[in-house]
Amino acid sequence: MKPILAGLALIASTFSAQAEEVTTYMLDNGMEVVVIEDDRAPVVVHMLWYKIGSADEPVGASGVAHFLEHLLFKGTDVLEPGEFSATVAANGGSDNAFTSYDYTAYFQRVAADRLELMMQMESNRMNNLVITEADVETERQVVLEERNQRTENSPGALAREQFRAALFQNHRYGVPIIGWKHEMEQLDLADALSFYDLYYSPNNAVLVVAGDVVPTEVLALAKTYYGVIPAEENLPVRERPQEPPQRAERRITYVDERVSQPYLVRSYLAQERDPGAQQEAAALVYLAELLGGSPFTSALGQALQFDTQTAIFTSASYNGSTLDSATFDFVVAPSEGVTLSQAEAAMDAEIARFLDAPIDPARMESIRTQLRASEIYAKDDTQGLARRYGAALTQSLTVEDVQAWPDILQAVTPDDIKAVAAKTLNRDQSVTGWVVASQEEAR
Amino acid sequence: MRRLIIAFCLAFLGTTAQAEIDIKEVTSPGGINAWVVEEPEIPFIALEIRFRGGAALDLPDKRGAINLMTGLLEEGAGDMNAQEFQTAREALAASYSFRARDDTIAISARFLTENKDEALALLRKALVDPRFDQEALDRVRAQVLSGIASDAKDPGTIAGRVFDAAAFGDHPYGSSSDGTVESVTALTRQDMFAAHRNAMTRDRLYVSVVGDTTAEAVGGMLDDLLGALPDTGVPSPPKAGFALEGGITVVDFDTPQSVALFGHRGIKRDDPDFFAAYIVNHVLGAGGFESRLMQEVREERGLTYGISTFLMPMFHAELMLGQVASSNDTIAEAIDVTRNEWARMANEGMTAEELAAAKTYLTGAYPLRFDGNAEIAKIMVGMQMVDLSPDYVVNRNDFIEAVTLQEANRVASELMQPDDLHFVVVGKPEGLEGTQ
Repeated sequence: MKPILAGLALIASTFSAQAEEVTTYMLDNGMEVVVIEDDRAPVVVHMLWYKIGSADEPVGASGVAHFLEHLLFKGTDVLEPGEFSATVAANGGSDNAFTSYDYTAYFQRVAADRLELMMQMESNRMNNLVITEADVETERQVVLEERNQRTENSPGALAREQFRAALFQNHRYGVPIIGWKHEMEQLDLADALSFYDLYYSPNNAVLVVAGDVVPTEVLALAKTYYGVIPAEENLPVRERPQEPPQRAERRITYVDERVSQPYLVRSYLAQERDPGAQQEAAALVYLAELLGGSPFTSALGQALQFDTQTAIFTSASYNGSTLDSATFDFVVAPSEGVTLSQAEAAMDAEIARFLDAPIDPARMESIRTQLRASEIYAKDDTQGLARRYGAALTQSLTVEDVQAWPDILQAVTPDDIKAVAAKTLNRDQSVTGWVVASQEEAR
Repeated sequence: MRRLIIAFCLAFLGTTAQAEIDIKEVTSPGGINAWVVEEPEIPFIALEIRFRGGAALDLPDKRGAINLMTGLLEEGAGDMNAQEFQTAREALAASYSFRARDDTIAISARFLTENKDEALALLRKALVDPRFDQEALDRVRAQVLSGIASDAKDPGTIAGRVFDAAAFGDHPYGSSSDGTVESVTALTRQDMFAAHRNAMTRDRLYVSVVGDTTAEAVGGMLDDLLGALPDTGVPSPPKAGFALEGGITVVDFDTPQSVALFGHRGIKRDDPDFFAAYIVNHVLGAGGFESRLMQEVREERGLTYGISTFLMPMFHAELMLGQVASSNDTIAEAIDVTRNEWARMANEGMTAEELAAAKTYLTGAYPLRFDGNAEIAKIMVGMQMVDLSPDYVVNRNDFIEAVTLQEANRVASELMQPDDLHFVVVGKPEGLEGTQ
């Protein structure tokens, strides 16, 4: 987390390498402000990120972070229930919110000249929410239906919950963001308000404004609307239970009649991106690409989908954007007539072969080029850039870290990849999951 | 060299945002048209290609051929097999996507200015010289068959299949564009070449380009990229009849939350009443949190996470559809409320305030769609396919503003037919009986 420097009126700095134009400020009350300039269209994205997510929830109240996110669309002292979204719509804009393990964020996308109205309303609901018992009753039903839609009706999502719960032995990353159903059913007004009162505070928030705006004007508005909200003095230090050393691999078979295509998943704990220390994460990005990024050119794709017809789908993936431990994941869906045991053995054999063989320089160069190009393509998506900064800053990274990341990716060497592979692909820190329609398929 | 460039310099004067977009129309020496927006700020180019017709052009007994053929375009072309083709594409950091839909084959490409010639040359091979190797055909066929099996256990997909089959019968719209296990299993290499020749033809082609290039340069590359395609292929299927009457169909499926797809006949895109219908649909169920159905079914009663309606003007039929998911013990109530709202809109129409709010939103939101090269390219190619001219982007908000309350409510009473509304419900709904 970025330190709050008391007594300093304003810390401002502008970064402008070849990267996007980004200006950052810090308000007196500890709120961070990030402005990304893009004048290609007269549009602005206004996002308010809170450094609070499902992994910060109290034990027994899983789902409260997401539930509270829903309740923020109810009324405040000056806004009727639903008036927030209705006002955004009446200005031709759209609004929504999302909750993850590490953050909760609210955003509006609207014509750039409506930014002030958005700030006025968003700053109002930071401290002045008015929720009734009736709101809580109805909205609890809505989030339970959301869980039905996303999870209960999806065998793949139910399986994923089981696998994550087994992978994380102590960290709250093992609890689903939307919550366990039996705990969601018990969430009440007090749960939501205690969470809200403590964590929805300027010194726990990051404002990201991206689009056709002038940084100094954004700052002036931010001071007017957010700058007047007092900091939360009792904001706790963000320390969450961490994983102990993991000493044994776990295996799970998830059986559900609604599964049509059996598949297997292998998840390992992996190093996340940390402030000033993103090299291992960068090497893991390459490792995922080399092992299972493209079905045509990756090691698993070539071996299991082309050289042999062992699998109809293979992938390896890694996303290092987490505050605490990240994961490195494999998925293999076997071909007709191939068992999960055979597919898993083929996967492990190919991973072992990859670790023993030198890395093809042409593949390294291709991935390097694709990563460099992805930075160019990313500039076409202003909201995507806003999300990149918002997520990073709520996950302890700095603007400097975000802007250094593309160069760190370019500097990765084959030795870095081999070293991080040896460290990460340790079965004692893994879960292997099979997803099948019946026990008979689990062989 | 004969090359025609017509430029439209357009400024949106929306109620809340102004954007400028300069659409240039260009015709290549070989006679291929494209719409181009020059956006030099970011060094890449977005290219969108559409072939009107899509999977609906499948020949009898070859259902799924166009879908499988489209999936194989990236699996080897010219002198390259699948892996060689993809290795070359990745080295250029270009991306190509090939998708078959009911009415179109959609191709999206994105590539860097610095290697645009190589990226276009590679794309050209996929478009005009695909190999359809037997090895690739068998491999991708296995993926398609796995997808068909998964769809058969997905409640939302099941609802769509049952609705389409009952509504459209033997017309291609009545079955999945993926084909069936039997039809896909029987497809051959020759079927792939035939599908390519039939569906990817010059007379069905639409192109738009946005990014770091010029209309002149686009005019110069179109013939090389697409000129080798045949002029014409198979004729389009006839207009699809609509055989589904009002009622409820229950499909028994063991899952906790029932999924319902509902609808009846819709309205053509070029109908003079289309904009009035568009507003009616927005107020009823397409306006997000502000729509009547979201207010009544979600906000007031907590029966669902989401309910929405949409107009679907396709090339051979028109639908007005909606979808909602609710627990097995509450889906009956959700359907009841939906029926009531359908009837209320048909009988009473909307209020002047609702019309005003819808207009403000729709006109304000329109310019915001034009954010990003790829987005603008997609919008432009879509406009061409429904015969709109470039100045539509300027006039579109006027069409919305011109709809009067009287018109909107007349169209609501004509379009919305509560007695025709049919619900296909997949799950174990309690207190809900099928009507057939």
